[in-house]
Amino acid sequence: MKIVVCIKQVPDTTDVKIDPKTNTLIREGVASICNPFDEYAIEEALLIREKHGGEVHVITMGPPQAVEVLKNALAVGADKVYLISDKAFAGADTLATAYTLSKTIQTIGQVDLVICGKQAIDGDTAQVGPGIATRLGIPQLTYVSKIREINLEKKKIIVERLLEHGREVVESSLPALLTVVKDINEPRLPSLLGIKKAAKAQIPTLTAKDIGADENRIGLKGSPTWVVRVFSPEPRGGGGEILKGDLSEVVPQLVNKLMDTKFIK
Amino acid sequence: MARLLIDKDTCTGCEACIPSCPFNALSMKEGVAVVDEKCTFCGACVDVCPVSAITLEKEEKAVTIDLSAYKDVWIFIEHEFGKVSSVSFELLGEGRKLADALGCKLCGMLFGDKDSVDQYAKEAIAYGAEKVYIMESPLLKEYRTDPYAKAAVDLIRKYKPEIVLFGATTQGRDFAGTVATTLEAGLTADCTGLDIDPETKYLRQTRPAFGGNIMATILDYPNYRPQMATVRPKVFPMPPRDDSRKGEIIREVLQMTEDQVRTKILEFIKGTETVNLVDAEIIVSGGRGVGGPEGFKPIRELAEVLGAAVGASRAAVDSGWIPYEHQVGQTGRTVRPKIYIACGISGSIQHQAGMKTSEIIVAINKDPEAPIFKIATYGVVGDLFTVVPMLTQEFKKRLGR
Repeated sequence: MKIVVCIKQVPDTTDVKIDPKTNTLIREGVASICNPFDEYAIEEALLIREKHGGEVHVITMGPPQAVEVLKNALAVGADKVYLISDKAFAGADTLATAYTLSKTIQTIGQVDLVICGKQAIDGDTAQVGPGIATRLGIPQLTYVSKIREINLEKKKIIVERLLEHGREVVESSLPALLTVVKDINEPRLPSLLGIKKAAKAQIPTLTAKDIGADENRIGLKGSPTWVVRVFSPEPRGGGGEILKGDLSEVVPQLVNKLMDTKFIK
Repeated sequence: MARLLIDKDTCTGCEACIPSCPFNALSMKEGVAVVDEKCTFCGACVDVCPVSAITLEKEEKAVTIDLSAYKDVWIFIEHEFGKVSSVSFELLGEGRKLADALGCKLCGMLFGDKDSVDQYAKEAIAYGAEKVYIMESPLLKEYRTDPYAKAAVDLIRKYKPEIVLFGATTQGRDFAGTVATTLEAGLTADCTGLDIDPETKYLRQTRPAFGGNIMATILDYPNYRPQMATVRPKVFPMPPRDDSRKGEIIREVLQMTEDQVRTKILEFIKGTETVNLVDAEIIVSGGRGVGGPEGFKPIRELAEVLGAAVGASRAAVDSGWIPYEHQVGQTGRTVRPKIYIACGISGSIQHQAGMKTSEIIVAINKDPEAPIFKIATYGVVGDLFTVVPMLTQEFKKRLGR
């Protein structure tokens, strides 16, 4: 079974803040991390490999420093990793990104399963997974919280999808693309040996030419959307009112305030 | 290719641009700013530079499509378990403003089986749709990616709407991503603001990014139509319902058979909670302070009295005290209730990313220094095991429950 996992290096968004005085981003010491949802995607691929055999290929599109997340993937046990990097990819939106990743997956070839995290924590779009599936012409199973069964002979997979009102159990043909939520597993930590091996590994880089990409479909050129303005969200108005005093007074006071909103029916 | 140009001679090396970059693409080299390949050409640095040393050179793309062929604002009428999702009505309300600004019609796009579509179409019209495009088939009874995407792509190709909006629900996000890719159209996720640029008449789509730490306004290049977006539920108000409204119904036939659908829904396991987080008007959430699974008992009791959903912080979920579907925050759900009551939650940035747009935030925490108090509308410093049961009793008394 050949599995491709698509991951992304993201800024640790908890550290990205806006300076209220200058209205600019404070990035001092903002670390780059592997998108948390993608760690579940890698783990799930490793679990499937343990059960069904096969290979786990991990790919990421990004600047040269994105190799760091690929090294982590190698350290936990990925068989092969590829950095997809080219100046021509710069400025890609989700349509161009999905195209680039799908071309890479086609270049790898003979893939049975593609796994992505449900979304990346910087952009929060959740659009690239469905985009890749559509480009590859394979079914997509999004928000997967559990894989119930994989039948390689019959080329079938049964999963549970975590939706707003419950879990949908779906059967799909293979190959397919899954996007996974946090509930699906607990990612393993790399072994010391794994870390050593990954540190020495040469990570192959694929360029636009290597994946046979159409230059009109990648980077800014292949992106229909365009960010015209970035700004700070409006701060929460009012600021906290701390209710002080004896709880026997504070609690009815709070209840009064909440009842006054008319939101409680 | 677009290029970001930094004039070496003009740059004073003041470093004002460095922190303005959301993508960390700028750095200093030999006393002047330089840009690397992480640049997405967003232009954030251009406005910040005090000496105007930075310019953004965008390639002017020739418009190769006939923009006038695209007209009307379409809203996807989403339904689940025999009910139209309220976000679809909210979008009809907001879509009305967009259609008025463009001087075009507001339309619904509706898929389902014959037992339900007519009722849903009536409701869409009552909430403001002038036309409803319907595809009716047993294959479309409930949402599945393949038949829904086929139906939408065929309709959009035939009737060429200028704008198509979807609710940013699990269904809407699964669906819109596929449709936009097939059409090679632009799609902006999870918008919280929409308006029409008065000059160009393009749709301006505003959305949070980086966990809500920044906002971005996004346009679609004129070579790509329709302009598509998913929009967060509960951002826009419900428009008034008027059952006397009349609308036009246009029916089309789905060109697909069951054997062409690659997925099959085997069963649906309904969540155990009566009120789910996404629909809830009120959420009572517990964090590390609840101390264990039994600590959620007072939280649940308060939620029950208020008809609220039960939420949790990542700390509580990761400790195994409550299932993941309750998690609010960056790696859980993003919620926007009218009232969010955080009990024993310190309020990490990750948690805030999932709830800080709630209308009213109540914080109950022993630690007066907890960051949650900074964003709370009302705060009570105290032990949740004392405060929460007192609140429950008081609400019971007032509400007569």
